[in-house]
Amino acid sequence: MDKPLRIIIAKPGLDGHDRGAKVVARALRDAGHEVIYTGLRRTPAQIIETVRDEDARLLGLSSLSGAHGHLFPRICETLRENDMGDVIVFGGGIIPEDDREALFQAGVKAIFGPGTSTEEMVAFIETAVERNDAGVGSDTGWHWTGLS
Amino acid sequence: MFLEQLVSHARKGDRRALARLLSSIENGETVLESEIDESDDWRILALTGPPGVGKSCLLDRLLHVWTNDGMKIGVLAVDPSSPRSGGALLGDRVRMTVVDHPEKKDLVYVRSVATRKSSGSVPSVVQEMASCLLMTGWDRVIIETVGAGQSEVRCAAVADRIVLIEGPARGDGVQAEKAGLLELADAILVNKSDLPGAERHANELRESLQLGNPTPPEVQLVSALRGDGIDEAASLLMELKQTSRAERARWRERILSHHERQILNHSQFNDILTNLEKGLIGFDEAYVKLRAEDE
Repeated sequence: MDKPLRIIIAKPGLDGHDRGAKVVARALRDAGHEVIYTGLRRTPAQIIETVRDEDARLLGLSSLSGAHGHLFPRICETLRENDMGDVIVFGGGIIPEDDREALFQAGVKAIFGPGTSTEEMVAFIETAVERNDAGVGSDTGWHWTGLS
Repeated sequence: MFLEQLVSHARKGDRRALARLLSSIENGETVLESEIDESDDWRILALTGPPGVGKSCLLDRLLHVWTNDGMKIGVLAVDPSSPRSGGALLGDRVRMTVVDHPEKKDLVYVRSVATRKSSGSVPSVVQEMASCLLMTGWDRVIIETVGAGQSEVRCAAVADRIVLIEGPARGDGVQAEKAGLLELADAILVNKSDLPGAERHANELRESLQLGNPTPPEVQLVSALRGDGIDEAASLLMELKQTSRAERARWRERILSHHERQILNHSQFNDILTNLEKGLIGFDEAYVKLRAEDE
């Protein structure tokens, strides 16, 4: 029996724009996955509880407020602390190039900025779930570098 | 062994184990024996009704009241899967504020469920997921169905009680006389009582249900927006008795639901569909194959 992937799309922090998150949610739905959208202004703790209760394999974080450098690593850390190191975390929104390396170091496995095609996101997800080092708890250093 | 561990952890309150256990049931990898409960009180209640009448918001309000007494409630919120891609956007959780309440969040477990291939408003596997919640220490289970039309009565297959949520501006008095879901409801809540027309709709429903029925189901007005009538509705539903008229329909839905699931889970289902699509086999041949014993 084929199993759709369960994916949480979350908006952490104080940022009131979610058009991008909804487009991503919709694209992943159309790719055959089960997407749960959290709604706006979630705290890291709320997001992690949602991932836990919904048994999500992937977590997509969207931030347009500039707080990604604080919120994304905090969420990754809390996932690891709560024995959820196998969850795959990816991010998107307005994330300056200079900030990305630190987020990859923190456990985020892909960053998608404006203009990313939905095909690329779907390709990332399909690649990541096949790897055994894509979870937020893995430290092999692998992250998505774009469509080859 | 692995399964036993999950069950025992879930019983101790490990929600990650519970979530995984439910996934494996949903994916058909695990079959749990459900324990039949013979008590008079219900264990599984379905909230159903048309799209947009406020099922999720109302459920959130009710959960706030029910958890005041420390009752532990599991929620299975069903949303439709796309018939084209098989994917789903599960949005009932967005309405749930009770899962963020510091004192109440440990008393409520909300799980979003997609209908996947099932045609009804509730896939039959939800019954097993509900039994799983009951056997891992949750007192009651609420199933929120997909927004359901007039003749959508599949929830009868999985729930001990059915509560129909209605709203104002849902048609004239003739709508209330029509057959279908309305006949199976054990209680009816007319939501959005803050809007004009809600009271009239409730009266029309009452009138219709009283005809030829000595013990008609209760019809109550509520407003999930303002909180009006929520306490009353919460006690009505908690104490709800089954209206006996639905027993035959329940068994009918259970049989149909089981039959559909067997066909959908048939190992050759997708191949047979492809062959039909390509015109390689005829409908009769396909149906005979699907009904044959799966090897």
